[in-house]
Amino acid sequence: MTTDILIIGSGGAGLSAALRAKELGADVIVATKTLPTNANTCMAQGGFNASSSEDIQIHIDDTLRSSRGLGSSIMIDLMCKSSKTSLDWLINLGVPFSLDENGDFANRFMGGSTNKRTYYAEDYTGLKILQGLYDECLKNDIKFQTNRYLLNLIADEETKEVSGATFLDIGSGNIEEIRAKSVIVATGGYSGVYHGFTTNGFGSSGDGIAATVRAGGIASDLEFVQFHPTALKKSSILISEAARGEGGYLVNSDGIRFVDELLPRDEVSRAISNELNQNKEVFLDVRHLGSEKLSHLLPQELKLCKIHENIDMANDLIPIKSVAHYTMGGIEVDQKLQVSGLKGCFAVGECSNAHIHGANRLGGNSLLEIISMGLAAGENAVNYESKNVLKDNSQLSKDKAFINAIYSNFTNQINFYEKREFLGKILYHNAGVIRNDTGLKGVLAALRQMQREFTFMGISDKSKEFNTNLIDFIEFGNALEVAEMLLVGALHRNESRGSHFREDFPGLNDTFKSHSIFWKEDGVLCAQFKDVK
Amino acid sequence: MKITIKRFDRRKEPQSIDMNYPIFEGLTLLENFIKIKTTIDPTLVFNGICRSGVCGSCSVMVNGKTTLACSYKPKDGDHIEPLNYHEVKRDLIVDKSKAHSTLETSRAAIHGDVIVENFLKVTVQSDCILCDSCFASCPVMAVNENFLGPFALSRVYKYTTIGSDSKTSIDAIQQNGVWDCTLCGECTLACPQGIDPKMDIMNLRSRSVQSGYMDPNMQNMNFGLDFTQGF
Repeated sequence: MTTDILIIGSGGAGLSAALRAKELGADVIVATKTLPTNANTCMAQGGFNASSSEDIQIHIDDTLRSSRGLGSSIMIDLMCKSSKTSLDWLINLGVPFSLDENGDFANRFMGGSTNKRTYYAEDYTGLKILQGLYDECLKNDIKFQTNRYLLNLIADEETKEVSGATFLDIGSGNIEEIRAKSVIVATGGYSGVYHGFTTNGFGSSGDGIAATVRAGGIASDLEFVQFHPTALKKSSILISEAARGEGGYLVNSDGIRFVDELLPRDEVSRAISNELNQNKEVFLDVRHLGSEKLSHLLPQELKLCKIHENIDMANDLIPIKSVAHYTMGGIEVDQKLQVSGLKGCFAVGECSNAHIHGANRLGGNSLLEIISMGLAAGENAVNYESKNVLKDNSQLSKDKAFINAIYSNFTNQINFYEKREFLGKILYHNAGVIRNDTGLKGVLAALRQMQREFTFMGISDKSKEFNTNLIDFIEFGNALEVAEMLLVGALHRNESRGSHFREDFPGLNDTFKSHSIFWKEDGVLCAQFKDVK
Repeated sequence: MKITIKRFDRRKEPQSIDMNYPIFEGLTLLENFIKIKTTIDPTLVFNGICRSGVCGSCSVMVNGKTTLACSYKPKDGDHIEPLNYHEVKRDLIVDKSKAHSTLETSRAAIHGDVIVENFLKVTVQSDCILCDSCFASCPVMAVNENFLGPFALSRVYKYTTIGSDSKTSIDAIQQNGVWDCTLCGECTLACPQGIDPKMDIMNLRSRSVQSGYMDPNMQNMNFGLDFTQGF
């Protein structure tokens, strides 16, 4: 199968890129491991930042400040200046953003923002955007390849030119390639490495990041993971920031408020972790808001508390913890969103590190990024002049051999599901909100042991068709690769910056005002720090 | 405390069997599936991503009723099956491509300019998560597999309300569309997002009439009168 532009991932970034590339006349295929719209974008509630002309510079400054020295003013400038046109583009697709009583588009404050600029569509902003993008894709005859699990990018070993990717067709079990003049990786973040301790949906295993690094690309800043302060204690289901924005309290098991609830997410998360580390429980208390107000303001949360914790938030305290929510690090890209170390390959959205969020992300900027940068990625990919798309490449046969080996040679003497759960737990407790040298080294040693044991893990289900046991296993393999980079970055960044907090180095140290850079040489992970441009 | 899951594998003989599994109490049905897969039987296959009722991937039939597995706590004796009116691929995984192709057939997207002041009228319709619960509950599917079904028609209602060109979609929903619905309301009961496709279809009938279409059932009706006789 061949096309002009291959887009991997069908969340907001992938679909925006697809629409722009198609509009510019390119033939587009969107490959997704699930169905279009089954992406984390649908879970984004808060809103979409768009700045008026008077507000653009302040929006840029807010984003830069939040990035704690690791944001690129050029990229942030680009995003903020296109924010209003991106919002208008969505509105013109029929995404019904909420209106205020005057019939103007309603906006609200988000933590860390100087001005009101976050536009929302009820508490379903991401869902409505994603469904709207999908409808527009169908209208424009964009081709989807569903149930296609990304195995590897097809990159020329000499020139590093990317001419497609290999996929496992989950439905048939066949391994196939899709060739393209350029490729856009839009596969989402890696919060899923914290298995059991993330607000993200299943499958947020950093597949695209791992594949890019295997192909010779570079990843960066993976140690920066945003932890959301308020997720349900048992299930890690997100309780929106709006709960605190509307006046909810955080209390510990002594009934005492221990932090200003409206501080930035990383500070609130640290305060919560401190309480939990003292063996106290932490609760979100919204009882004083009253059931009528709650059903109007937080209808999704009301339902989720009932199902997952069996509590009524109007009458009960909500037991919570902070869990992995958004990953700032990812595939290192240049100002054209082209992947560093590769040619003809672009990355966009949460899987990428476009140096927009830096060490911490401003609320409302993630939906903005996937749309404005998604459109830019589509355009840049179309403008890329490829050299030789159909040049022979051995990736497909290598990947067939790998999958065959999993079926035939991997012994399955160790249950990888147990390891996945264990890894999530030790990552959360030692490479989570609060980190230190000893803990990080311990997890890294445990993780490298799992990498050594990988061929003793494997699959029990030997079917070819819809083998989700196999998919879970390959995802776990990717998670091991991505988590290794996260740990190496966290271990060597001997300072605290944004979301990365080291209790043994609690201060900001500008020796580390730099990006951690990761790549592979002969399959071995290499890392260094690179100055901020 | 047990649930029964209807397993299906076209490569096995028999292709379909009912299997009993223990209930992991306090967990949702989706979490139960995951516990079964990771601790009892890794060959059980199902879909499920967001765990919080917005991705639409985990809908199944529980005791004959469409249910989002992530939003339901199983009870003793529950019988779990894949969605109705979808081709079953394996266990609880169905092929949704045919159902979702109704979005293309019905031209459910914005046509013309947007009418912003009407956004408030489609707040609920735009909450659709494409879980196919309405489609799998629609009895018309049993007699007309080409019926566009509820979610596509609700989307058409949404886009014809907020788009200046409603003709493109209205033209597309005359065949196997608005007039084929029996207005039984099963879709409205099934929707986990509180969308009312039945009402949207009734409104689309009015819009169709305003666009010059007629109810074909009326055209075909014979009232037993033949006005040609006696003249």
